[in-house]
Amino acid sequence: MKVLVTGATSLVGRSVVGLLRGRGDEVKVFQRRPSGIGVAEHLGDISDPMAVGDAVAGADAVVHLAARAGVTGQWELFEQANVVGTRCVVDAARAAGVTRFVHVSSPSVAHTGRSLIGAGPDAAEPDRVRGHYARSKAHAELIALAADAPGMAVTAIRPHLIWGPGDTQLVGRIVARAKAGRLAIVGTGTSLIDTTYVDNAADALVAALDRAPQIAGRALVVTNGQPRPVRELLNRIVLAAGLEPPRFTVPYRVARTGGLAVEKIWERQDRPDDPPLTSFLAEQLGTAHWFDQRETRLALDWQPAVSLAEGFQRLRAHFESA
Amino acid sequence: MTSGPTAPAELPPPGLVGLDPQWSRLVTTSESSGVSRTWHVLDNQIEDPTATLLCVHGNPTWSYLWRDLVAQAPPGVRVIAVDQLNMGFSERTGTIRRLEQRIEDLSAVTDELGVQGPVITVAHDWGGPISLGWALRHRSQVAGFVLMNTAVHQPAESLAPRLIRMVRSRWILRLACVATPIFLRGALMLARPRLARPIRLAYQAPYRRADRRSAIGEFVEDIPLSETHPSKRSLEAVAAGLAQLADVPALLLWGASDPIFSDRYLSDLASRLPRSEIHRFSDAGHMISEDKDAAAAVYAWVDQLQESEQRPASTPVERDPLWSEIDRRSDDDAPAVVDFEGGAPASMSFRELALDTKRVAAGLADLGVAKGDRVALMVPPGIDLAVCVYGCWRLGAVVVVADAGLGARGMSRALASAKPDYLIGVPKAIAAARALRWPGARISTMEMPASRKRLLGVLATIEDVRSRGENLPEPPEPSDFDFAGIGFTSGATGPAKGVAYRHSQLQAQRDALIDLYGITGTDRLVAAFGPFALFGPSMGITSVVPEMEVTSPGSLTAPALARSVQAVSANLVFASPAALRNVVATAANMTSNEAEALQGVRLLMSAGAPVPAEILRAAGMLMPNAEAHTPYGMTEVLPVADITLSGIEEAGSGDGVCVGPPVPGVDVAISPLDFDGRATGSLTNQSGVVGEVCIRAAHMRDGYDKLWITEDAASQPVGWHRSGDVGHLDELGRLWIGGRMGHIVTTASGPVTPVGIEHSVGELADVVHAAVVGVGPAGTQQVVVVVVPRPRPRRPDLADEDLADRVRARVDITDVAAVLTVPSLPVDKRHNSKIDRTRISRWAEGVLSGRRMSKI
Repeated sequence: MKVLVTGATSLVGRSVVGLLRGRGDEVKVFQRRPSGIGVAEHLGDISDPMAVGDAVAGADAVVHLAARAGVTGQWELFEQANVVGTRCVVDAARAAGVTRFVHVSSPSVAHTGRSLIGAGPDAAEPDRVRGHYARSKAHAELIALAADAPGMAVTAIRPHLIWGPGDTQLVGRIVARAKAGRLAIVGTGTSLIDTTYVDNAADALVAALDRAPQIAGRALVVTNGQPRPVRELLNRIVLAAGLEPPRFTVPYRVARTGGLAVEKIWERQDRPDDPPLTSFLAEQLGTAHWFDQRETRLALDWQPAVSLAEGFQRLRAHFESA
Repeated sequence: MTSGPTAPAELPPPGLVGLDPQWSRLVTTSESSGVSRTWHVLDNQIEDPTATLLCVHGNPTWSYLWRDLVAQAPPGVRVIAVDQLNMGFSERTGTIRRLEQRIEDLSAVTDELGVQGPVITVAHDWGGPISLGWALRHRSQVAGFVLMNTAVHQPAESLAPRLIRMVRSRWILRLACVATPIFLRGALMLARPRLARPIRLAYQAPYRRADRRSAIGEFVEDIPLSETHPSKRSLEAVAAGLAQLADVPALLLWGASDPIFSDRYLSDLASRLPRSEIHRFSDAGHMISEDKDAAAAVYAWVDQLQESEQRPASTPVERDPLWSEIDRRSDDDAPAVVDFEGGAPASMSFRELALDTKRVAAGLADLGVAKGDRVALMVPPGIDLAVCVYGCWRLGAVVVVADAGLGARGMSRALASAKPDYLIGVPKAIAAARALRWPGARISTMEMPASRKRLLGVLATIEDVRSRGENLPEPPEPSDFDFAGIGFTSGATGPAKGVAYRHSQLQAQRDALIDLYGITGTDRLVAAFGPFALFGPSMGITSVVPEMEVTSPGSLTAPALARSVQAVSANLVFASPAALRNVVATAANMTSNEAEALQGVRLLMSAGAPVPAEILRAAGMLMPNAEAHTPYGMTEVLPVADITLSGIEEAGSGDGVCVGPPVPGVDVAISPLDFDGRATGSLTNQSGVVGEVCIRAAHMRDGYDKLWITEDAASQPVGWHRSGDVGHLDELGRLWIGGRMGHIVTTASGPVTPVGIEHSVGELADVVHAAVVGVGPAGTQQVVVVVVPRPRPRRPDLADEDLADRVRARVDITDVAAVLTVPSLPVDKRHNSKIDRTRISRWAEGVLSGRRMSKI
């Protein structure tokens, strides 16, 4: 199979490329800057139809990972990368005769702020979700799934909180904050949260590629199926990095209100760096979100191979060797 | 006949919630006078039915009441639900239809509909007498009755007439029932919880204008409250006619919170229909079919009716009456019962007990207590209780034992449900009975002056009863098939359930205990556990009730136990684990003489709650010559299995606690769990299969009191008792218990039972107690372990990573999502030892969804 992977420079992107190559698929990648992954590379902006068209030509399948993540920034930036970008990739794929399309989405596209407890994959709701990222990804998922048609099987995979050694997003930020003494627990830190070890997420995306005809038109949440209290997760990441667990706690309401204020300031000043707290983040940390994985595992014929305990050991080994 | 509004029958408007327009049809009948009448009828029009349900509504409803019965009709069952004339969407005839006429009307419509084959009538409210009147005219067709909150007889002193009498003054009647929809709306307000608006509107649909409502008033007016009322004789004829229908099986579904048809009417109907099964919903009201899933109950019962015709009757084993050992030793001056009621030991010999049993039985009979009457006993274990129990049994009265462990509220509910005819109590219980209005004519164990008797409404004292019975002949003996007693389950989930036993079943229980523990007439028992104390005299052994607070088993001290043992050189000791725990804790307070007395104990039994091995071990140290046993069982059947301390040690750890092999005469089988944790599998003895523990034994309960639905669900397959415990049999045939069915955690990879994990985690040196609960939706739950660590924390918290790691290392069968630490775990009040996992799970749900870290 000839596969185009967009946004391959991310942690999970690299893993997916590695898995596909390992089993003999022909892989090429598309992103803004050279990745050094060692496969055929197409460079360009994801919302540039010409560049994307060139990249997708000749591919049988697409794994669309490219996205703008983050909790701050102007809506237009998210819209351009995630909404316009996804439409661009979907259109190009259809034009190029791609038969399998795996759109990488996020559970946040259906998260309207309440606790998610053993939740299934609810429909994406761009008008009700929180934050620019979730809203743009919700639009993107709807666009991708709407393109599902007899010629091209489209499926949306929503991995929840991917982490692993070398992860600069979740692990990197937590460790950086812990080092700076700025990591605090929101509320009691007891809300159960699902995460996904990176290898498992990559396995699931490859499984989705293989099972695309059977799961066409569906959205599936992917996690390790091992939710943990958020404080335990933070502590274990910080401990793996050889640091002291956080000792501050911020009451949930204070965090949420504070987050709102901080967001406004950052947005007004258009600061490029991460704010210390946003209301979205406070909500993510202060409410439970874990998912019913039965349907996903059946549909993908996939099981997470790496347990959380194993994942934390690997993370510790990674920090110790660094 | 007055002339009222007239209108032909019509079809209900479309869109009424739950009502399929296809069920509706219009039917024309003709009266004897030649006048024709048009009806609206719901009819699923099944041809050649195996049974027909003929459903009759009351006032002010219509056939809409029976929509669930039509919707859920099993294959082959025809359901006909009529709108009575002048009611619902049937014709407004312009004439008043009295009871007699309505019975005739119903017969006309069943003729017209060609109702063939067996018929089960189903009726609510004043539809009851009409349906029964129909049954009297169709005797050969009637296969069963279902009655819901109705009556065939109006006791003059009841509350209902007062309510109805008030409404019945002519102008109020017109105002409330016809001119305004007050009565209609008021009746609909009796539903609990409140009816949804679309359903209320559907009930009101045929009664939107005053000229459509005239029959609502006429129906109320047709209730015969006076001797001269035109329907008085018709109603009496129906009530009297029931004597001819006494062999017809009946199902009485009753909402206990009905201000009109109260429990009084339930008792009346039950006494007239001896083959009735009863389910009384303590939290439902008049609109029972709206409040509860009556349709499911009706069809379960119909199903059983059809099946039971094929079931062969079992031949019971002949056993001695419960009082036979007392009779046999009626010349024996050896102590039968010893208690420490007044602090000092008091004793009653077998001779005295034999005499007293007869006297009390005869005296109670003379006082008016009849065979089958219920007598609540609120007397602590001891001499008085023995006399009352055996007196009642000898007479054939049914003893109702609501123990104080249920709490005042629990006792009130239990007694309201059991509805004893008499209540024998110590003065404190008598005072409570008066204050809390417990049912039953009161009999005091203690003498009291006449003025006080009057004040407390005491009918007699036990001494009065004794002297009444002095020179009277013995009453005839009850049969083995007669009911002997009602006990109560602990009711950890919902109100306590009454569990009914017949004489034959209690005899079998006595014999099972004798066999299990090799009890002979020379044994002497100290029973610090109520239920067991009752059985001593029936086994013909001396029984001692030690000095302790009845409501608090943990108040038994080692010296008190030793003094009881000493008093009769007892060699058997039965105590709850809570009692043993305190005995162990107070062992140092014994004198050397007292400690010496315990050397003679050959058998130590403990039950009533899960018995930790270390308690048995520690108690065993005080009684070194005793073999420690713990029987497994429940209010519904005891003993089921039995294990010795050495058996427990041999079994080691596993998925649950080992309770030993089933005792002789008891069949134990497992109903395997499906993936969602429901015990849906067929019974099996295969080792290792996890499921609901099902039991069959001669000493099993007969049923649940007035809880037919519960009983039916707990009796699948027929003849077995579903224990509600989950467990498995091992390859040696031993039974292991993993917890309650309701406490199964249904994870995405299958059901997980809590007890095995709790024991495993409990073996960590710094864990005092552990509870395993599930959070999240059924089928995809996460396992949470809640531990009480040592030292105990001051408030609940997440376990630190170290403890969490060690807990997870002890659990290999499932992923543990969270480990929480708490200062203590909530336990049930009655036994003070059963972990309240339901409450813990609710708490964990909250905490793990990010809510405040509250106390449990």
